[in-house]
Amino acid sequence: MKSEVKTRPASRSIGRRLGAFVLLSPGLTYLVVLLLVPLALVLSYTVFRRGRFGGVVYEFTTENFARLVDPLYLDVLGGSLKIAALTTVLALLLGYPTAYLIAQLPRKWKTVALVAVVLPFWTNFIIRIYAWIILLSGPGLVNSVLGTELELLYKESTIVVGLLYSYLPLMVLPLYAAIERLDPQLREASANLGASGFTTFRKVTLPLTLPGVLTGSMFVFVPSFGNFVIPELLGGSKTLMAGNVIRNEFLKARDWPFASTVTLALIAVLVVLLLAQAWAARRA
Amino acid sequence: MRRSKILYVPFWATYVFLYLPIVVLVVMSFNSGKSAYTYEGFSLKWYGELAADERVQTGVVNTLIVAAGSTAIATVLGTLLAVGLVRHTRSKALDALALMPAVLPDLVLAIGLLLFYGLIQMTLGLYSVMLSHALFSMAFVAAVVRTRLVGADSSLEEASRDLGAGPVSTFVRITLPQLTPGIVAGALLAFTLSLDEFVIAFFTIGNAEPTLPIVIYSMIRFGVTPKINALAAILLLVSFTAVIAGQRLTKIGESRAQD
Amino acid sequence: MLKIDGVTRRFGNVTALDDVSLQIEQGEFFALLGPSGCGKTTLLRIVAGFETPDSGRVTLDGEDLLSKAPNRRPISLMFQSYALFPHMTVAKNVAYGLERERLPRQEIKQRVGEVLETVGLSQHASRKPAQLSGGQRQRVALARSIVKRPRLLLLDEPLSALDKKVRADMQLELKRLQHEVGITFVVVTHDQEEAMSLADRIAVFDSGRVCQVDEPVALYERPRSPFVADFVGANNLFHGVASGLEALRSEKFGMLPGTPLTELEADSAALLAVRPENVELADENAARGLAGSVLDVSFYGGVSHISVDVPDHPKPVLAAVQGAASVQAGAKVKVRWNAKDAVIMAVDR
Repeated sequence: MKSEVKTRPASRSIGRRLGAFVLLSPGLTYLVVLLLVPLALVLSYTVFRRGRFGGVVYEFTTENFARLVDPLYLDVLGGSLKIAALTTVLALLLGYPTAYLIAQLPRKWKTVALVAVVLPFWTNFIIRIYAWIILLSGPGLVNSVLGTELELLYKESTIVVGLLYSYLPLMVLPLYAAIERLDPQLREASANLGASGFTTFRKVTLPLTLPGVLTGSMFVFVPSFGNFVIPELLGGSKTLMAGNVIRNEFLKARDWPFASTVTLALIAVLVVLLLAQAWAARRA
Repeated sequence: MRRSKILYVPFWATYVFLYLPIVVLVVMSFNSGKSAYTYEGFSLKWYGELAADERVQTGVVNTLIVAAGSTAIATVLGTLLAVGLVRHTRSKALDALALMPAVLPDLVLAIGLLLFYGLIQMTLGLYSVMLSHALFSMAFVAAVVRTRLVGADSSLEEASRDLGAGPVSTFVRITLPQLTPGIVAGALLAFTLSLDEFVIAFFTIGNAEPTLPIVIYSMIRFGVTPKINALAAILLLVSFTAVIAGQRLTKIGESRAQD
Repeated sequence: MLKIDGVTRRFGNVTALDDVSLQIEQGEFFALLGPSGCGKTTLLRIVAGFETPDSGRVTLDGEDLLSKAPNRRPISLMFQSYALFPHMTVAKNVAYGLERERLPRQEIKQRVGEVLETVGLSQHASRKPAQLSGGQRQRVALARSIVKRPRLLLLDEPLSALDKKVRADMQLELKRLQHEVGITFVVVTHDQEEAMSLADRIAVFDSGRVCQVDEPVALYERPRSPFVADFVGANNLFHGVASGLEALRSEKFGMLPGTPLTELEADSAALLAVRPENVELADENAARGLAGSVLDVSFYGGVSHISVDVPDHPKPVLAAVQGAASVQAGAKVKVRWNAKDAVIMAVDR
């Protein structure tokens, strides 16, 4: 009996390790093979020469990076940054008041309002973009209501509208979560101490919901920055974003190394932003 | 607190912005005319044309195959992974790795996967799309199951072990039933995400018969007709129903688990 | 002087406040006492400006309050949860109200320093609220409220979040502070002991109405309604009818001695209340008193509580004696009291 009791923890710990192995290894293997190896490939292809019909020739070169810093491509990266940033700011301006008011609604209406924000997000992405083509095109609704013949499609601002439409729900959700968590008495305390509504917002509400602002901004910025479908469908051929360069180099020009290099640049920008966000969130 | 009236302007603007395009889209699908822009009268003819379109039919079938397959893989792997991560390691790095496919832009995943399939010279097709979708779906399933698991009581599992149950029967009899609502929610999420996914499918399908989002994409590039509106209206109906049903389902599951 | 005049507030078909009128003098320590849901917090929030009454007037030194926005009222409110700003240090929290008045930075610094000194938190000025104990947070909230030198300080259940020992200390401290700063304090509480030990005067609330406004001793000794008699302190209550004399006629116990507080019409429904410390235990053969048997004896250090089961009386009669009790459970006794120690009041039908 005694010895049995003694050996139990040991056998258990072996059992636990076996359990951990059985549970973790399938998923982790999947992640290594289909995520880490592919990412490593992207990274390594940046220093090789292109193959003639796609693929690579394993010969070291820095020409991909040399091409990347060409003003043509730097402009594209800068343009993508600008478009994604503009989209994020607009999403904040629309999303914050929306989330704020949803958080004040009676319980029953809160769920309805939240589901209504998320619902369009669950419909087909391409279809949502298509809807804007219908609205904005020459003979579309906007022009016929306004009685104008404005060229609304195929502009930088059209891309922003498309991105905003696609990712606005991703801004509202984390903002709502942050505002909802906020103790309403803090706002009352601020008013009681003599602060106006705006001062209360600036000094209390905004600083305390900043983590939500940062999360929401990341949720909107990341998919906007790396997008190629929306610029392609709504931006025409004039405006190129980084995503378009990647897609074209990859599938049309079949220059895999250079496409990988642009992808790496895209990842680098996002990593820098994520680190900045984490830093800001820790300070908040 | 008094709320300032001016906040209602962006509030309602948000909802108008979100729903106006959808409403226009649906209305135009009943257009009897040829144009997707100007409404001429009520007709269901575009729905008829849609039903006769073989490309759309194959697209729907392919999408369902991919979604079912990737959801199956993702649900099993994601659930195991979540349990393993919560109960057996405290590694922040592994947590981050498990979440990465959900966070990375789809384009990055698509490029990486395409390079990888090229390297091992795998023939592209529905299977490569299925494997690729399972990658990010797994991350979402794991995340959903995780939140459920963190809220669950680990002492139940310990009690089960203490009462003499082995690790496998503890997992099957105690852990899994507690997680069921989370697993169902995760699977639904994975399925919906796969149905709508375009970018990764677009890159990893090769020359095979495409999935529905790719079909729609090429239809749009080809030209705008009310047939696309009809398809859009049907898809909207399907996803709205699915989301609302899913919402109800997880609510019921949660209240049952709490009883 | 804070004057509340005929204030009524309804939520749906629930009347939170029903025609409430009160006058609170300058420099007074006033308590609003009542069970939860009696409307006292609603009244506090109306005075602070976070609720609007359906009717009635509220003035401070003759100046209308209701027309002012909450941030323009010379009133501070200390929240039950303290509502300290979690992202600001103690000093920043305290300075917040002064900064809103756009005072010179030097003056703000000086006043914050002084008030933190007063509440004994000078050492903790640069901490965040999360790093403080419950008692310390309460002091920060208090400092933040008084630093603005408001004409009126409202305190919502100021001690309810503290444990027993800290509570007793803070009670003393609140009183000391109120003397020191001379601000009118209005405290809302459901704890009658707290109200009695803190306040100069107490208003007892029941379902949105004021039942009695009195000094603590008067409230304790001469409750004017059955609700007050029951809610404030422990009491033994006997139902019956007024007999016209110094007694209550009870159906089951005959004449019970007591003093009517007001003139009562003979044969009208009445209630007799006698405090445990006024109940005397006598031998079972004593000439007068209600016969019963001792149920339980509990010793509380200075006093002992003895509960006596009196047949036909719904609740045991409670008696309090100094020191340890000389009787044991099961003993046959009689309980009695003097007419001057029991009060008889009318019961509204």
